[in-house]
Amino acid sequence: MNRIKDAFDKKQKNLLNIYFTAGYPSLHDTVPLIKALSEAGADLIEIGMPFSDPLADGPVIQASSTVALANGMNLRVLFEQLKDIRESVPETPILLMGYLNPVMQFGVDNFCREAAAAGADGIILPDLPLDDYVAEYQEIFRRHNLRPVFLITPQTAPERIRRIDELTDSFLYLVSGPGTTGGANTQAEGVQEAYFQRIEAMNLRNPRLIGFGIGDKASFQNACQYAEGAIIGSALIRALDGVDDAPAAAKRFVSSVLN
Amino acid sequence: MKPTYQQPTERGYYGQFGGAFIPEMLYPNVEELRQQYLSIMAEPEFQQEYQQLLRDYVGRPTPLFEAKRLSAKYNTRIYLKREDLCHTGAHKVNNTVGQILLAKRLGKTRIIAETGAGQHGVATATVCALMGMECIVYMGEIDMERQKPNVYRMRLLGAEVRAAMSGSRTLKDATNEAIRDWISNPVDTHYIIGSVVGPHPYPDLVARLQAVISEEMRKQLLEKTGSELPNYVVACVGGGSNAAGAFYHFLEEPSVQLVAVEAAGHGVHSGHSAATSVLGTPGIIHGSRTLLMQDEDGQITEPYSISAGLDYPGIGPLHAFLADSKRARFISIEDEAALKAVAECSRLEGIIPALETAHALAALDQLGAGPDDVVVINLSGRGDKDLETYIKYADAIM
Repeated sequence: MNRIKDAFDKKQKNLLNIYFTAGYPSLHDTVPLIKALSEAGADLIEIGMPFSDPLADGPVIQASSTVALANGMNLRVLFEQLKDIRESVPETPILLMGYLNPVMQFGVDNFCREAAAAGADGIILPDLPLDDYVAEYQEIFRRHNLRPVFLITPQTAPERIRRIDELTDSFLYLVSGPGTTGGANTQAEGVQEAYFQRIEAMNLRNPRLIGFGIGDKASFQNACQYAEGAIIGSALIRALDGVDDAPAAAKRFVSSVLN
Repeated sequence: MKPTYQQPTERGYYGQFGGAFIPEMLYPNVEELRQQYLSIMAEPEFQQEYQQLLRDYVGRPTPLFEAKRLSAKYNTRIYLKREDLCHTGAHKVNNTVGQILLAKRLGKTRIIAETGAGQHGVATATVCALMGMECIVYMGEIDMERQKPNVYRMRLLGAEVRAAMSGSRTLKDATNEAIRDWISNPVDTHYIIGSVVGPHPYPDLVARLQAVISEEMRKQLLEKTGSELPNYVVACVGGGSNAAGAFYHFLEEPSVQLVAVEAAGHGVHSGHSAATSVLGTPGIIHGSRTLLMQDEDGQITEPYSISAGLDYPGIGPLHAFLADSKRARFISIEDEAALKAVAECSRLEGIIPALETAHALAALDQLGAGPDDVVVINLSGRGDKDLETYIKYADAIM
């Protein structure tokens, strides 16, 4: 069994995946934020493992990563924080998102063992090449029942999308357009829709979530027309900036998207 | 194919170093480049245009100059490969001339680049002006301050200089911002990386374009010394482009000692250093598995060097392999020794070197070269851009 599969089986439409950076705004917000997001109605939770040089991320997530690292966040601290999370949040799938270097330094096998023990269900490492995944990581991920999630962009060639779909047993992460996380959609009208429809018409085996540039109720609902759901990250991070009660602010944010 | 020092494997590995660790957003561009760079560079029209520009625009071949007074001082035979006489004042233009021709053939209309000391930024802005292409250069805010003349040169050449404000606000962060720009502009843009770093095929591409340096050295050495092969080739290493070019045609000649000189900053173990071969461990930076400076959690640490061009926490994968396999000897030089070498070269040879280059010159007394040995130093750039620093440290230099 895997909680990601269960989430998509239970609910076929309008799934909301919320990203936040572990250790932001303060070091021990991680667990309260997971609980708050889950209670407020997030269907999946993606926990960012902060990295000094997050190449695929825009300024908002970069800044939150810098704060989190300064707060003392690292993988050991994160796994320690998560060790009892499945007692309070038994069902909501948890994905760990980050960059390859910290995982390599921790040791891939160690990382997967600790992640699985902490109750994680999926892993997103944008700079892990597909060929390297197949050659060195797939077997380790499988052994720990961790599902990889790969990104697809408007430039990803159809045969490559098929290959990614074959290697995936969770969901496909559709990057909404050119750019890093948190950017606005600057594409000409119809371009984005045509891309989403082209992917939809491929009849892929995995469900799809659309991410990058989704930040409020309107953009969430729009994305949900073309996929099983959407991913929001930067907009939540922005909503947590400078607040006294991060879990309460997170709940308000999720409500504003869903209601 | 068996990998050699000159030729990485098909997936871009030199030993355990190299590869292409990039997010999916960059995959189509990098893959297109990987599939086409060798065939485009092998086209006769490309070669003709490239060679012509190297000759008539860059001013190649650059002289190999026998530095008699430095030779007398160090009691060996020192030759300076005068890359400082290239158009724009450094070796960087060898690469940008080649890459702009490549970009045109790939149908790209917009060029981005990162720069540390500003030499690669100037060299990129220059070829963009020549070809009428839009040019955006990312430069760390700190570097914009310490290399001001180059910022103005780029702007005069029509380039837009964008400040990288994240992290240490130096070369690493400028590279991050350039990569993010490429992610945001995947169709019309070519990224001209300035060093032998980044995802495959960049390290190989840039090394091949800089290889003209050692190709010329061999011919010039034969003429001047009777042998194509020197005893030592010495070059400074930040990312390592001038060293890659100076070493390239000697890589498979075991009799030639290759010496790579890194910036030790305030001292290798002072916490303010950029001596990656000593302080670095294997990891991933800017899409390449190589040696880099990082903490135990795999967070990339902030390097330090007085020289903006060497202030980088990694080295190219070729150099990581040269260090790991001990094919090259790595020496670290502190800020103060580099500044002293600036004065020495200026006064003994009438050549004011760049701060980066001065690190290579400062390694002369550590080589152990004998009176009959031939030492070639790659004089990678001229010092005009560093005048402000030289004035500031006049007491230490003079």
